Amino acid sequence: MPTSLRSYRRYWALFFLSLFLFLLWVADYGRMQGWQIALFLELNPLTALAAFLTSGTLYKGLALALCIIVPTLFLGRFFCSWVCPLGITGQILGRLFNRRKPADEQHLNAYRPMFRIKYYLLVALLVLAALGSLQIGLLDPIALIYRSFTVGVLPGLDRIGLPVHLHAPVFQGGVLVALLFAAILVANRFMPRFWCRVLCPLGALLGVLSRRAPLRIQRDVDKCTDCGKCVRHCQGACDPDRELRIAECHLCMNCIEDCPEDALHFGLRRARSSAHRPIDISRRRLVETAVATAVLLPMVRSSASGLTLPTAAAIRPPGSLAEEAFLGRCIKCAACMRVCPTNVLQPALLDAGLEGLWTPVLVNRIGWCEQYCVACGQACPTGAIRRISVAEKTGKPPHTQPIRLGTAFYDYGRCLPWAMHIPCIVCEEMCPTSPKAIWYKVVPVAGRDGKPLELKQPFVEPGLCIGCGICENKCPVEDLPAIRVSSVGETRSTTNQMLLKGSSA
Amino acid sequence: MSDQGPVRHRGSQHGRRAPQLTRREFLRDIAATTAAAAGVVTLGYLAYSDDPVRRREEAVHRLRDFRVEPSAMHPVLAVVRGVQAEPMVREAVAQLGGMGRFVQKGDRVLIKPNVGWDRQPEQAANTNPEVVGALVRLCREAGASRVWVSDVSLNDPARCFFRSGIQAAAQEHGAEVRLPGANDFVTTDMGGRLLRIWPVSRFFHEVDRVINVPIVKHHSLCGCTLAMKNWYGVLGGRRNQLHQDIHTSIVDLAQAVRPTLTVMDAIRVLKRNGPTGGSLGDVAVENTVIAGLDEVAIDAYSLQFLGLTPDRVPYLAMGEARGLGAVDWRSLNWVESRLG
Repeated sequence: MPTSLRSYRRYWALFFLSLFLFLLWVADYGRMQGWQIALFLELNPLTALAAFLTSGTLYKGLALALCIIVPTLFLGRFFCSWVCPLGITGQILGRLFNRRKPADEQHLNAYRPMFRIKYYLLVALLVLAALGSLQIGLLDPIALIYRSFTVGVLPGLDRIGLPVHLHAPVFQGGVLVALLFAAILVANRFMPRFWCRVLCPLGALLGVLSRRAPLRIQRDVDKCTDCGKCVRHCQGACDPDRELRIAECHLCMNCIEDCPEDALHFGLRRARSSAHRPIDISRRRLVETAVATAVLLPMVRSSASGLTLPTAAAIRPPGSLAEEAFLGRCIKCAACMRVCPTNVLQPALLDAGLEGLWTPVLVNRIGWCEQYCVACGQACPTGAIRRISVAEKTGKPPHTQPIRLGTAFYDYGRCLPWAMHIPCIVCEEMCPTSPKAIWYKVVPVAGRDGKPLELKQPFVEPGLCIGCGICENKCPVEDLPAIRVSSVGETRSTTNQMLLKGSSA
Repeated sequence: MSDQGPVRHRGSQHGRRAPQLTRREFLRDIAATTAAAAGVVTLGYLAYSDDPVRRREEAVHRLRDFRVEPSAMHPVLAVVRGVQAEPMVREAVAQLGGMGRFVQKGDRVLIKPNVGWDRQPEQAANTNPEVVGALVRLCREAGASRVWVSDVSLNDPARCFFRSGIQAAAQEHGAEVRLPGANDFVTTDMGGRLLRIWPVSRFFHEVDRVINVPIVKHHSLCGCTLAMKNWYGVLGGRRNQLHQDIHTSIVDLAQAVRPTLTVMDAIRVLKRNGPTGGSLGDVAVENTVIAGLDEVAIDAYSLQFLGLTPDRVPYLAMGEARGLGAVDWRSLNWVESRLG
């Protein structure tokens, strides 16, 4: 049995980190049955709040965030050192990277004014959300670590001979995600928990929530000899040796164990407890940040955004909301990319506008949307991709129409039977609908030498095409396929349509 | 590094002078740099080449012949009609002399059904899982040391094997499902007219016996997909190019992979919209299992389920011309029986 609060914290941290990794590993077609794979993403108060600001609803599992918010109001930022996988990783690495003398440790764990940055980031991200641009996922720690593992770490493991997938996936621009994650990890070398102290907007939110927490680290000013040993392993750099900065404290409980005088305890304030300090930011700076963000957003949007750019390049996963609502819900966590069996879901670079960075798009050269698969909607924590059933996706009763992602178009100049008199119709073979959306005419032609030939020349029936992209993926014209899908005709849009009849029936 | 507490001194030592160089130090440094120089030059000499890339001979494998000795005592084609899959498979194999003729004790057996698609059994796009299960059991009873079930699927392999019911059927009867990953392909000489060097699933190189278990399906380009076309499922790489001369490709494949036994599933037949199907309206119940040793004859026999005749399927005559079997299956020693 653990004997101290620090031991409890260590066991819980180990448990939650293992749980995070387990749920990440299990998020795969063969293994995911029944597991609450989005648990950490749903527990997250920051994404719940930001997505609430953009969309006005607290979607399903995001209500789990209340399990963090309510205890934080009473206890403080326990999440950061007890639950958060990025925080716990930072804590472990901060320990491994640093073998320092006590004086250095005191220097490293001292409070610095730059810790205020995270509050400004929080305000900027929430103002963006309130104005309809959900960018929280760029810096939210849970979305960030989930994305980094999916796009960077797990495919990396495949390539060093520790297979996580049957086929090692590739992700476009994954190196950006991986390098950002590596930088966050390496920053612990220069300051333990640099991310948590300086940048983390979720930490800032929890700090704000913990301002009036009745249970805190308390220092008995009579017992304290000002030796400063409590700072040596302090995770939050929250000045436990002086007036505790409550919003910075992670409840790591190290100070209690390090105190030789037994002057520190966790609990209610006592008669001889030291005073505490509020958050070190001025209202004026916060308002400045908010106004600056509010001014910046329309300027950015007027140049290029997911709403102003044509979205033909962005084919969204099946069950996705209409583009504006989709961008208002997607937190770029890559949970959909983790469960996608064909690797077709890719983090967008600028294909979906600046605001759509790292949101999921289908890249049919890499994979295709498997007709009977609805895994991405099951994995999505925020409802940007709805939880559709197979019947809804394929248009089986009671549904009347399948969900269309777009429409396939031939490039007859590159299509072998059309351009070069070579038999092929691999696309027709692959087409999964019944009857097939790809059909062909048997056409008698004369070859170069005048000899008669019979060719099967393919066509797309737009009313039947679901835009799954398997034709594009399997087309033998490798570099630029002779059949390609674009988003026109997608079920989720009322405007991105081309057919007068039966477009949105 | 300075040793003066928390305040660090960096770059503040420019005033200090280096100590005098001793003879010993000088000789040591000269020896080290000379050795390094000699090493670099040697390495450069050894690595020098006229070739811009270093060529490595890649081992090219050939598939072994999985067939057993022909026997005049047994028919080469056995057709069984009935209702339940397992007894039909048992009867068909028994007519050919029983599984003991094909699988000896200790043999490693690979069963190759058609598991190309993410479809359920009723949709008849993949081999009937009960047929696969029955064959696994027969191999086990004959004393096979291990039985693998494998294919190179077109949809996501995990989904294909799971939703086709073949994974469950195989595992229930004691076989192991092997899904080929990216590194599970071996460069193989197919020795064909069109197909020469192709990546082939390594599992086919690691067994003694191979049983082909195709299903009768419609196919737009070829007319039908039967036993000989089922060998697409050994290939990796850009096999979608094979459509450009599909009949020669099929004959090349059938010549390269000679199975021990073929058991054709014609229980549910995909009549149109093949090879993917998807609608139950595309499927007809024919309740037939055909076992045999002549793939050309089995394919020719199976054409009747699709309303085709051999003259409309050129690869059959091409296969006969290359000595792979007989299109006129009636000329062979064949039997037909009915169960239940």
